Amino acid sequence: MYLSSIVSLLPELNEAFFETLLMVGIGLLVALVVGMPLGIVLYVTDRGLFLEKQTVKVVVGMIVNLIRSIPFIILLVFLLPFTDFILGTTIGPLAASVSLSVAAIPFYARIVEAAAREIDRGVIEAAVAVGASPWMIIKDIILPEAKPGFISGLTITAISLIGYSAMAGTVGGGGIGDLAIRYGYYRYDDTVMFTTVIVLIVLVQLVQYIGDFIAKSVNKR
Amino acid sequence: MITLEKVAKIYETKSGQVVGVDNVSLTINKGEVYGIVGYSGAGKSTLLRCINILERPTSGKVIVDGVDLLKLKSKQLRVARQSIGMIFQGFYLVSSKTVFENVAFALKAAGVEKTKRKERVLELLELVGLSDKADHYPTQLSGGQKQRVSIARALANNPKVLLCDEATSALDPSTTKSILALLKKINLELGITIVIITHEMEVVKEICDRCAVMQDGKVVEEGPTYDMFSNPKEPLTLDFIKTVLDFELPQKLLDSISGTLVRLQFRGELAEEAVVSDMLQKFSVKGNILHGKVEYIKETPLGIFIMELVGEKTEQEKALAYLKDRVKQVEVI
Repeated sequence: MYLSSIVSLLPELNEAFFETLLMVGIGLLVALVVGMPLGIVLYVTDRGLFLEKQTVKVVVGMIVNLIRSIPFIILLVFLLPFTDFILGTTIGPLAASVSLSVAAIPFYARIVEAAAREIDRGVIEAAVAVGASPWMIIKDIILPEAKPGFISGLTITAISLIGYSAMAGTVGGGGIGDLAIRYGYYRYDDTVMFTTVIVLIVLVQLVQYIGDFIAKSVNKR
Repeated sequence: MITLEKVAKIYETKSGQVVGVDNVSLTINKGEVYGIVGYSGAGKSTLLRCINILERPTSGKVIVDGVDLLKLKSKQLRVARQSIGMIFQGFYLVSSKTVFENVAFALKAAGVEKTKRKERVLELLELVGLSDKADHYPTQLSGGQKQRVSIARALANNPKVLLCDEATSALDPSTTKSILALLKKINLELGITIVIITHEMEVVKEICDRCAVMQDGKVVEEGPTYDMFSNPKEPLTLDFIKTVLDFELPQKLLDSISGTLVRLQFRGELAEEAVVSDMLQKFSVKGNILHGKVEYIKETPLGIFIMELVGEKTEQEKALAYLKDRVKQVEVI
């Protein structure tokens, strides 16, 4: 009985799985493209570093904290008008990826900042002493030195986003979380509930494993 | 080559102002090896970092190779820094880059074309004796090897000045010797002016032409290394000299002394003359050497001996007068 209900669920589960991947993938991409530079800005404008600028540090830090202090489920609802404005809809995985991206940016930015802080300041200073430009220090020193940290951080972000994506499901975002809530919660269908939980567990384990593997292979220390 | 004029660095902290460097004026000549010694917290490291503006002085002037560094815009300062190499106690190599890439980065920073970098890097690794380690990562190297890589990096853009911030303090004595030998070679063969910060007098004795002693952000004494060793004026300088030249006699021995205790200091070529044996032949006194050493300061000998003169009072006085006449630095203890 279980087996047949799972089989009948497969097409929907399959779709939900790819919706989750899509949402999380877009969120991660935006985190990389926007969150990482913001994290670098937070780091290099800190006191005693080569682009020290307290005003920038404070303003960017405040915006990051502001977004991070809003619980995701509220951010999701709060951003609905904004999502509607840029996409013309608030339903579906694409719409959900808007709020996921907004949440992912400050999350990853802080992780990037923390990972960059792990670099010995002396190494940065030695680069300043040879007359390297700020851009060169970022590109040739900070990025390679903090790469393992940046990758581990991306893994953490991905797993958080998988969790968030379930919440996004509740407002019509689609994905595995949506499936679990529609069948498992509203219809009391335990089979679907368990299946989705297992899929999520496997997904998270896989992401963690791949993340760790890549982080380890780029680490030269 | 380097002129510091009333350089001061004051830190503003919550509990008030902290003076790191207090109006220091120094001139370091071209081709010289200059040492700055002091205990930790004396401000010597801050002073060194003011020379390439890693630390921006609160006031004063920093002139390197005729350029007033404090007047430069950030881009010009970057160019100026390319002719001031620097090495550190902690080496500070980029752990994700190979030895080759670490050195090449300095060339890249100076805008050297990629095709020309390779040749120069290999040349530099040859100079520091690490040609076979080009593809190693820093974690695979020993402390001495890491410091060699950082020297290669510092020399990449043919600097006129090399700043060494406690460069040998993290190394064992024999590695320290080999790094000092390398610095000496760089100074002699490439004519690079070297400024060394250290708390080890051994380092100063070994390679510094001149040195300064710092305390509380100020230079308390400065001069040629030999003069500092043979004739220190400040108590702090004497403290440092004592780490290399210490002549404490055991109390038990002092109690049993019957004759006159004399401290003789021979400078330069005098150390090679047979003053003491001449004296012993001329006068009927016996000389008993209790302590002594000939130290070579940048290859010039400095001999210090403590001896006991035994014999008739008048003969002792005559012998002493003879010594005073020939040696100059004679002291009855």
